[in-house]
Amino acid sequence: MSNKQPLLEVKDVKLHFPIEDGVLFKRQVGAIRAIDGISFTVREGETLGIVGESGCGKSTTARAIAQLHPVTEGNIYFEGKDLTKMSTKELLATRKNIQMVFQDPYASLNPRMTVRTIISEPLNIYVKRRLLEMSQTEIENRVEELMEIVGLSRFYKNRYPHEFSGGQRQRIGIARALALNPKIILADEPVSALDVSIQSQILNLLKDLQKEFGLAYVFIAHDLAVIEYISNRVAVMYLGKLVEIADSVLLYKNPMHPYTQALMSAAPIPDPQIEKNRKRIILKGDVPSPDKERIGCYFYDRCPKKMEYCKTHIPPMKDLVKGHQVACWLYGKKGE
Amino acid sequence: MSDTTKKPVLQVKNLQTYFKTDDGIVKAVERVSFDLFIGQTLGIVGESGCGKSVTNLSLMRLIPSPPGKIVGGEVLFKDKDILKLSNAEMRSIRGNSISMIFQDPMTSLNPFLRISTQMVETIVLHQALSKAEAKKKAIEMLELVGIPAPEKRVDDYPHQFSGGMRQRVMIAMSLSCNADILIADEPTTALDVTIQAQILELIKELAQKFHTAVIMITHDLGVVAGMCDNVCVMYAGRFVEKADTDSLFGKPLHPYTQGLINSVPRMDKTNGGKLFSIEGQPPNLINLPDCCSFHPRCDKAMDICRKKYPQLTEVEKGRQVACWLYLDKEGTENE
Repeated sequence: MSNKQPLLEVKDVKLHFPIEDGVLFKRQVGAIRAIDGISFTVREGETLGIVGESGCGKSTTARAIAQLHPVTEGNIYFEGKDLTKMSTKELLATRKNIQMVFQDPYASLNPRMTVRTIISEPLNIYVKRRLLEMSQTEIENRVEELMEIVGLSRFYKNRYPHEFSGGQRQRIGIARALALNPKIILADEPVSALDVSIQSQILNLLKDLQKEFGLAYVFIAHDLAVIEYISNRVAVMYLGKLVEIADSVLLYKNPMHPYTQALMSAAPIPDPQIEKNRKRIILKGDVPSPDKERIGCYFYDRCPKKMEYCKTHIPPMKDLVKGHQVACWLYGKKGE
Repeated sequence: MSDTTKKPVLQVKNLQTYFKTDDGIVKAVERVSFDLFIGQTLGIVGESGCGKSVTNLSLMRLIPSPPGKIVGGEVLFKDKDILKLSNAEMRSIRGNSISMIFQDPMTSLNPFLRISTQMVETIVLHQALSKAEAKKKAIEMLELVGIPAPEKRVDDYPHQFSGGMRQRVMIAMSLSCNADILIADEPTTALDVTIQAQILELIKELAQKFHTAVIMITHDLGVVAGMCDNVCVMYAGRFVEKADTDSLFGKPLHPYTQGLINSVPRMDKTNGGKLFSIEGQPPNLINLPDCCSFHPRCDKAMDICRKKYPQLTEVEKGRQVACWLYLDKEGTENE
């Protein structure tokens, strides 16, 4: 598995949003460090789950991969080619393989477009730029085919988004993402706006599609149980840094980073017997603002196991067991 | 619930709240009944639009009218029917004996007023305290909910607090008048998991300390499992199952409850296979048919389900369910 080139490789990516001051002559007074040096890979056909609290940079990561924000530092390789150094034209041709599904099915569909226009829009754009050859009838057929794939009746294609429920809208968003036959889908909290019974329908749909089309997913969510269900590997993010990456089974069985442990113990489990006997690690305080440059561990302020050493040394990502990476001074030798 | 000698603080009987719309009447809450005892935490679970929030807004008489109207039922609080009180009497209960925490701590505080102004307002209104005393009380409450340096922070504006902190302020405010009943309407939905754990722990602790009865509205079955003594499952404006938490999760009776519990992915179990999912969508509450509203999505639906509504009936001690699978069909079968 490891000798093959990964489909997507994110390498030491930093993405900082400038904080500006001044009215006419703007000058930068600081930066929000949304992503502060992360690296991971995604292989063909696998699902990488990214989990973390709000503001930790999960969504920015997805947007950086799709090149919706230019990265400040680092490289993003898709099939060996660096997306950050591509010309606009090259990027457009490559990005056909990278599609997104968004969190809010109410805001991510244009209310003035019919379902047909929404799903065919990516096709039409690529046809117009001569990156794809398709006749109007072919596009029409493709739209109908896509609607059936995601479980919508083709008779709805002339309807508008407001005529659909949240779950159905999310299906439209998925159909749109599938239109160009992508290799990887970046799903940014695709089920968090949905009810439980609808959520399981969409999760099942995503799993079926993966099997059918060999898709890779980068699946972002804050719900640990959802991530566990859908992912092969899981990355835990905190304050713009990755703190732990491992196989999903491994990570849930044996979380090593104190933050991962706290996150797991905080997530409620729908079983009163288990809930009664659980010991929770309750973290103190809130997630700090990412506007400062840090010299120590990013989790230092809230860590229940902090040591003096962590205050002044940023822990690097270390490979502990095969494929289980942790960034914490509790493990391995210090000062490496 | 097992202790029948105790008297409930709140008794809701056949509450009905309807909304009038251009398309017809929305029966948002239909014949909902429950008892709430001192020191008990009652959970109401259901999906969005099932009437959880409307039920509780009805208890507080906060339904915007028109278009909404409480058309029937009784809400007995300390033997008085809340629904028959005058507005002035109601005001003395609201925020005082029954108080509420809302889902979104960002919008439920007034952004223009200092925390102190907002808290003092509530306290002075309901208790015979001067403004200075009320402020002292406010600081005391903020300290109790774990806000660091409360004597300084009390004069801050809401935007200076984070989401979790704002929810703490809301809790401090709602408990500042020693409420008998605390209604928490999705109090942690807008918060992160680690903050959610903090807030739930806090509600649990304070409810015990002040002997407050809590009504916990949520869509998260995990929260229910950890917090509640009893649970009511709501679907399309009605309670479909009522039970104590252990037996509800141990052996759910109503097909909807079963589906709900099975369709949640769980961390503690490896779910290799497919998730269970309830097909279809929740129904539109306008013009609901006069039969079981879950039958189009139910995999155990029978003929009778399409004809008659199953009344919520006690099938075991302390367990009620509205489903024909468990009810006596006699007298209706010959139809």
